[in-house]
Order: sequence, then C-alpha cells, then structure tokens
Amino acid sequence: MVSKTVSELEEMARRCRVEICKMTHRIQAGHPGGSLSEIDILCGLYGRRLRYRPEEPDWNDRDRFILSKGHASPGMYAVLAEVGFISHDDLKSYRVKGGVCQGHVDSKWCPGVDFSAGSLGMGLSFGLGCAIAARLEGSSRNAYVMVGDGEIQEGSIWEAAMAAAHHELGNLKLFIDCNGIQNDDFCDAQMRMFDIPAKWRAFGWSVRVIDGHDMNEIIQAIEWMDTVQDKPCVVIANTVKGKGVSFMENNPAFHGAAPNDAQLRQALIELGVEQ
Amino acid sequence: MSRMAATRDGYGEALLELVANPKVVVLEADLGKSTKSLHFRNSHPERTVSCGIGEQNMLLIGAGLASSGFIPFASTFAIFTERAFEQMRNGIARPDLAVHLCGSHGGTHTGTDGSSAQSIEDLAIYRTLPNVVVIHPCDDISTKELTMQLPNLNKPSYMRTARNKTPVLYEDRLSEIKIGKGIELTSGDDVAIIACGVLVHESIRAAEILEENGINATVVDMHTIKPLDKALIDKLSTKCGAIVTAEDHSVIGGLGGAVSEYVVSSNPIPIEKIGVNDRFGESAEADEMLEIMGLKSNNIVDAVHRVLSRKS
Repeated sequence: MVSKTVSELEEMARRCRVEICKMTHRIQAGHPGGSLSEIDILCGLYGRRLRYRPEEPDWNDRDRFILSKGHASPGMYAVLAEVGFISHDDLKSYRVKGGVCQGHVDSKWCPGVDFSAGSLGMGLSFGLGCAIAARLEGSSRNAYVMVGDGEIQEGSIWEAAMAAAHHELGNLKLFIDCNGIQNDDFCDAQMRMFDIPAKWRAFGWSVRVIDGHDMNEIIQAIEWMDTVQDKPCVVIANTVKGKGVSFMENNPAFHGAAPNDAQLRQALIELGVEQ
Repeated sequence: MSRMAATRDGYGEALLELVANPKVVVLEADLGKSTKSLHFRNSHPERTVSCGIGEQNMLLIGAGLASSGFIPFASTFAIFTERAFEQMRNGIARPDLAVHLCGSHGGTHTGTDGSSAQSIEDLAIYRTLPNVVVIHPCDDISTKELTMQLPNLNKPSYMRTARNKTPVLYEDRLSEIKIGKGIELTSGDDVAIIACGVLVHESIRAAEILEENGINATVVDMHTIKPLDKALIDKLSTKCGAIVTAEDHSVIGGLGGAVSEYVVSSNPIPIEKIGVNDRFGESAEADEMLEIMGLKSNNIVDAVHRVLSRKS
C-alpha cells in the first residue's frame, strides 16, 4: 500500500487529467467528461488505500477495484500508468487495434483491470461476487466498485444493492460518481433519481456524501469506509463532469466527445502544462 | 419398463457430490427447490448464495466468484436465465469466466405452466456466445455425469434440464458420457437421427417403428450442442447420407441449426428438422405438448421418410 500526501495526490490527479485529454484527443473518441469527474477519487484510492502489486497483477489478496462505468476508461488507464501496471506509452494504445487500453476497461487486455466493463449496471454485482469470494477464503481484501449516477437507473443495480445488504458484505465499498450528466443530457432531464442517499440508506447501506473533488474529504471517506465492517457502504461523491477543463465542465457535450486540436491546447494550458 | 427420473434430479445429485470440491459454490434465485440445488444448500449453506429473485445479479455474482478462483453453479428456470442474457454475454462469456448456468424446466415439455415458462430458444441464444459450452442431457445419469465434468472444463457453460421424468438410458454406462461427444444409441445405415433431451427417447421409439418397416436408423444422443461433435457427424453423414434432428426447442438455431450449419459447409446431405416450428406453446401436459408441437416419435418417423425421399 502506497501512501501519498494530499498534495501529491492532487498533483497525480492533475497529471491524469492531462493524459485523459491527450488520450481522447489522440483517437478523437472516448469519454473525457466522466473520466475527469472520477479521477480524484481514483487517485485517492490507488494512492492511499488499495492493496495491489503492479509487478504481480493477479496477486490473490489484492483489493479489487471494479470500474463499472467502464466507458470512463481513460481515467483508469491514466491511474494504472501512474502506479505502474502499464506504461505511459501504453496510453497511446487507447482504442487502437491491438492495444492494452481497449475502449472500455477489459481484464483480458489490461493488467490491473479486475472487471471487463462496458454495459452499465453490471459492476456492483460482480463486486458482490468478489466480496463473497473474499469472505469464503477468509481474506481481508475489499472489493471497491465505482458506478456513475446515471448508471443507477439500471434495475440490476438495485438487485445488487439489496443482495449486498442482505449478505452483510462489509467488505464491499461503493463510490457513486454523481456528476449529474449522462449520455444524452443532464440526469434530471433523463430520469430524476430524487434523494439518492435516502435510497441507499433504505436498501440497508451505510452512506456518506462528499465533495468528490476535495482530496481531504476523499481520504476521510476512504478511511471511514474501513470503519464500516458489518454492512456495505457507499460514498456518494458530488462531482463535476469534465472537472478541470473549463469548457468541458458541466457540459453534456463532453460525455462522449473528444477535444479538437484547439480545445486540447486550451485544456493543457488550464491543466498547467507548458505550451 | 426402465426406471423413470427427471434430469434436474441428476443435477442436484451432482452438486451434492461436488461439495467435496471446496471451490464449488451454488447460487440460487429462489428456485433451488425446483432446480434441485437445494440439496447442496441443505448440506452446505455457507457455500450457497441466495440471490433472491434477481437473475441478473446472480450471474454476475457468479462472475465475481469465478474471477476469484471459485467454481460457481447458478440455476433457475431456463426461461429466467434469458433475462440475464447480457450478463451472460458481457460478464461471463466475454471474459471467459467459468460460471456454470443451469436452466431447468426447459422446452415445451415443461407443460402446464404454459407458454411463458416454456423456453424454446435457450439453446439457440447461448450457442451464439463465444466460449460457452451448451449441454442438454436426456436422463438423470448423464445429467449427473456431465455436471460432474463441468468443474474440469474451465469454460462457462449452459445446461438445460427438465422437470418431468423421462426413461433412464445410461444405467452402468458412465464411461460413454463425455462433454462434446455424442452417443450412438442404435446403429443403422439408412438415416441418422440426432437428438437431444426428451426427444432422444422419442427418437429411439421412432427407430423401433422404422426398423419394423425395414429402415435402419442410427440414433444419437447429442447432449452437447456446443462444441458440436463434428467427427461423429462426419462419420454419420458418410455412413447414412441423411439426417433428422430432433429437439424440444425451436427449429431456429438449436441442435437442428447447429447440425445444419456444419453439414452444409462440410458434406451437404439432406436434413429434416423436428422441433418447435416458430410458435409459442400453451398449457397442456408434457406429453400433450409434444403432440401439439409435432415432436412425437410418429413425427420423427414422418421426417425420416421425407429425408429419405430426398436422399440421392
């Protein structure tokens, strides 16, 4: 387990944001918005809490991290390169024939990826299986899952939510990246979800709401998750889609659109890269 | 009269024996009493995961367990497995995780529950998935033996079982039962009748009727639809020159589809397909359903005469 300081984690997240913009620009495809909203949490997890061995990706007692919103793969690839599962050069293979960085995160292609994602609503159930497996083996490893807020419109999420509480899976830890935007529009226009924390409490989970871009709050939430052992817990993170790049922020157009040349230049300036 | 038993009982007995493997876990979706996984649950509740009435969640819990080195056996009614098809496709088949899915109460033979419960497309849809092995046994002994072989497969699988009792064929014949290997039950040079599930028994009866009329049929129990026993089909194509397939399943995409697809590209010979002719069922007793759907031995005999008239 590595333990970076808050400022180191913030700097790691900044570097990852740069890579997210470069990756999507390079292939002129992909999902920058949701990658930028999730990235601070991913850096907090990989930099402070997850147990893993980049030199031994299949180490049995590693914590599992399941990116259920698998389209936000640039964010995960950037982190995997930061911590050494893949090289920074591998990031150039995003969506490219034969590349380890497939369009959606894929365990068959990329070391460090535990779950082959792509269809929304699946990762939490997979996480349940990982958590039950850890319990059966008597292992202290945890299963961390990240879903998007739009994703919880999928009915199967609630099958999983109910089952996790029923089985009292204290080793299952969920993050909801609440950036308020889904593919076609704002979530509130597509399908209002009303009181999301109340829904999870009603399903029997321990719930905490945070600012998903405040690294101190993220770290406190991760530490809080360790204290919840008798039931599953969820951190509902209020985030901004496209966070860190002004013209992408809270802009539904950048759910699944890449920056053009001029937009990349502006993004890199905003992210502190010398031009 | 041979002993009668349901294939689902063979599945339940196999799970109970697989208890000895500490990696085997059982997943249920509120139908363990029906699929017969309840014996495992009663024996080892700590290795049984209740998923409530939630098939999509169940399959992906299985995927998570398989990715962690366990060998999950999940079961529900065949029709309800279909609700989780995309989970099977994207969460299990694509990452090639060895989750073993059993759909019981398959086919129109499931009877009086009516058309909503009579899966006639399960074999077809699972056969389209890369990596997935598709099995439909005809008696309790072969069901048990094939289930016992699944942990060594290291591939995802779908097995259809049935609720209603059928004659037991494989008493003292365990050595003949292997995943991916069809079993020749009779030997004849005029026509090959390739069947699975309950229609194996109708095919045997059809062969008896045909023999009385001087027509000798090789009846095959093709319990594994995928991977198909191509070597056996090659042999029978050469030997018999005509094939009838028989299944309690749609004529589209199941055993008949699999055999036809292979034969047309290898050694084209006439084929007739006995199956559900692109329609839904209704409430009726199991045997009545076979009559309604044209799946009885006399229908197979008619199909043999048709295929022989086309044989050059």
